[in-house]
Amino acid sequence: MNAIAHYNFAYLDEQTKRMIRRAILKAIAIPGYQVPFASREMPMPYGWGTGGVQVTASIIGPNDVLKVIDQGADDTTNAVSIRAFFAKVAQVATTTHTGDATIIQTRHRIPEEQLRIGQILVYQVPIPEPLRFLEPRETETRKMHALEEYGLMHVKLYEDIAKHGEIATTYAYPVKVEGRYVMDPSPTPKFDNPKMHMSEALQLFGAGREKRIYAVPPYTEVVSLDFEDHPFEVQTFTEPCALCGAEGVYLDEVVLDDHGGHMFVCSDTDHCEDRRAHGHRGRLGADPLEAAS
Amino acid sequence: MSAEPLLRVDGLSKFYGGRIGCVDVSFELWPGEVLAIVGESGSGKTTLLNCLSTALEPSFGRAEYRMRDGAFRNLYDLSEAERRFLMRTDWGFVHQNPADGLRMTVSAGANVGERLMAVGDRHYGRIRATALDWLSRVEIAQDRIDDEPRAFSGGMRQRLQIARNLVTNPRLVFMDEPTGGLDVSVQARLLDLLRGLVEDLGLAAVIVTHDLAVARLLSHRMMVMKDGRVIEAGLTDRVLDDPREPYTQLLVSSILQV
Amino acid sequence: MPLLAVRNVAKTFTMHLRDGIVLPVVNAVSFDVEAGECVVLSGPSGVGKSSILKMVYGNYGVDSGAILLARDGQMVDLATATPRETLALRRDVVGYVSQFLRTVPRVTALDVVAEPFRARGAGHDEARAKAATLLARLNLPERLWSLPPATFSGGEQQRVNIARGFITDHPVLLLDEPTASLDATNRAVVIEMIAEKKHAGTAMLGIFHDDDVRSTVADRVVDVTQFAVRVAA
Repeated sequence: MNAIAHYNFAYLDEQTKRMIRRAILKAIAIPGYQVPFASREMPMPYGWGTGGVQVTASIIGPNDVLKVIDQGADDTTNAVSIRAFFAKVAQVATTTHTGDATIIQTRHRIPEEQLRIGQILVYQVPIPEPLRFLEPRETETRKMHALEEYGLMHVKLYEDIAKHGEIATTYAYPVKVEGRYVMDPSPTPKFDNPKMHMSEALQLFGAGREKRIYAVPPYTEVVSLDFEDHPFEVQTFTEPCALCGAEGVYLDEVVLDDHGGHMFVCSDTDHCEDRRAHGHRGRLGADPLEAAS
Repeated sequence: MSAEPLLRVDGLSKFYGGRIGCVDVSFELWPGEVLAIVGESGSGKTTLLNCLSTALEPSFGRAEYRMRDGAFRNLYDLSEAERRFLMRTDWGFVHQNPADGLRMTVSAGANVGERLMAVGDRHYGRIRATALDWLSRVEIAQDRIDDEPRAFSGGMRQRLQIARNLVTNPRLVFMDEPTGGLDVSVQARLLDLLRGLVEDLGLAAVIVTHDLAVARLLSHRMMVMKDGRVIEAGLTDRVLDDPREPYTQLLVSSILQV
Repeated sequence: MPLLAVRNVAKTFTMHLRDGIVLPVVNAVSFDVEAGECVVLSGPSGVGKSSILKMVYGNYGVDSGAILLARDGQMVDLATATPRETLALRRDVVGYVSQFLRTVPRVTALDVVAEPFRARGAGHDEARAKAATLLARLNLPERLWSLPPATFSGGEQQRVNIARGFITDHPVLLLDEPTASLDATNRAVVIEMIAEKKHAGTAMLGIFHDDDVRSTVADRVVDVTQFAVRVAA
């Protein structure tokens, strides 16, 4: 075999992995707290999940089974590339089935299927600091976290209600972790926030460009911020999934033609396929094979 | 009348290497008293104000503040968390430039409500009602509650800054040239507003100003500073009408009569 | 026990801006004022009458001596009082009808008059009502009550000053030329008001340049020239 390039297992050198694991341990010890780490240059540009990739690379072992999703789908470019990357540098088994994975790296969604003990969810995070857009100074936001001064966070929510009549934030909705740190859950839809609360899985968050790692250990309290008279609410959808008929899941809108035809389908592709494999059908979910025969 | 002062300052001094910021300042401040610190540029009055409000750490001396629970604490022994909490609840600081004391990119209502949210208020309706109430108390039209201070005039911004500071019922307010830079007619309105609020709320205040007319109008007591030292102190009308020290006499005589 | 006892008070002005010229004003000033009497300070212009009044109010400092005011059965020395104590004495014990009204922008004449009464604990409405009564008595036109006094005539400002001084029940009242800008009608009103205060037991110390008024209200005259310091020629 003509081996042009030789990769250390999971690409990163062992010292880097140790450094990142130490950061991860710190993060687990202080749920929601952003731990700075020495983010490495990865073979993909910033903004493509370098933080998530570094976290996964540090925890993955030869017996792990990896699933990668992007906006809930296993088959988008980003997910495909990262999965292929780890297949090459770690030679681990990969899967699209949520239930079979031990590590799930995700961009902007949490799988619909409930996660179990032993699974790890690795989030890709662009801006880890929930207060950044209100307070641009890093020196100030660090103090605010240290002193638990989160009034400003509620100022943002107040502004939403004043402007829009309701809290308008629909993704990256800030949460309070274990009653102490306010955290940005990454740009997942607020629909997914309740899944973070008391999850059996370990949730790890990596921001490569911003060089921060944070974590929510299993069975941790994660509460979305709100007002007493404007409580937190998740999005609801008026129709079930057009393919599998699922309700109570996050749906994507897909434009079908130039005449305004559209359908709503599960954002979580694995969940949708799984349901259809078990016979569930939505209004557009006729099996092509069945139709043909 | 309360039996104990609100603030006890003893030998407060601030040096910058060999340069004097302020030296050996001592005084007591009682609830409801307004103390004006006057002096010209370089007198040390702003340094003193910044030391008192703990924005600066002094080189020597103590400033003991009577906390809400009655205990006296040396301000310079407070932890950062305690200090910041004090600044958000029991104290106010009105900056000369209102933009320094406001969040310019959030609405007036949010500016006033922020301190309430910072101490745990979680009811939108009540926060908004309190903000509306304070806007009217500082004579800002209530329909401006959702406007950003970027759209306000200087006088309005200053009044908004005052509302933002007073919403948590502080007992002590620091003011740095509160009317500096405002048009004369706007100044008059602001001074009258401050006078009324200080009286109605029983606020203690320390006001730095170079304008003796502002001191006359707002303060009960006055300290005159020169070259970092307090050279004369006493009842405001006494210091202005019967100045003893040469420098005080110079200051008083320099006021232009209109 | 007198309500006011001035003991051996001396005052000089040092004009530092004029090469430190020392202008002695008065020396060894001593007199008492009892409850219910009006003592008038007399003497030529510039002899120090107004200065004495201002010292008794704490507006001027005292070089030496004591200015004792009766408070809760004790005599308190205003000359050595702290600013805080002085303010308390002004609020509770000694009132002052000054010669000139220092106006505050935007505060109405009614509120200027009501203020000392409010400082004693009266409510807004009660204080304003009493202020209105006094201003009406002094014949200040009602249309002026809700205006800030800055644009008033001298006589109108004087009447605001008088009302402000008379609205409370301070045991000691200082009057600095209270009738100087008034017409005969209002002078008579002020004389009446002084008589009422006397009857109520107030100790009054005043300066009146009008001989008629002075002779009507004065129970005793203290000639300030006896306290003047003769500068050697």
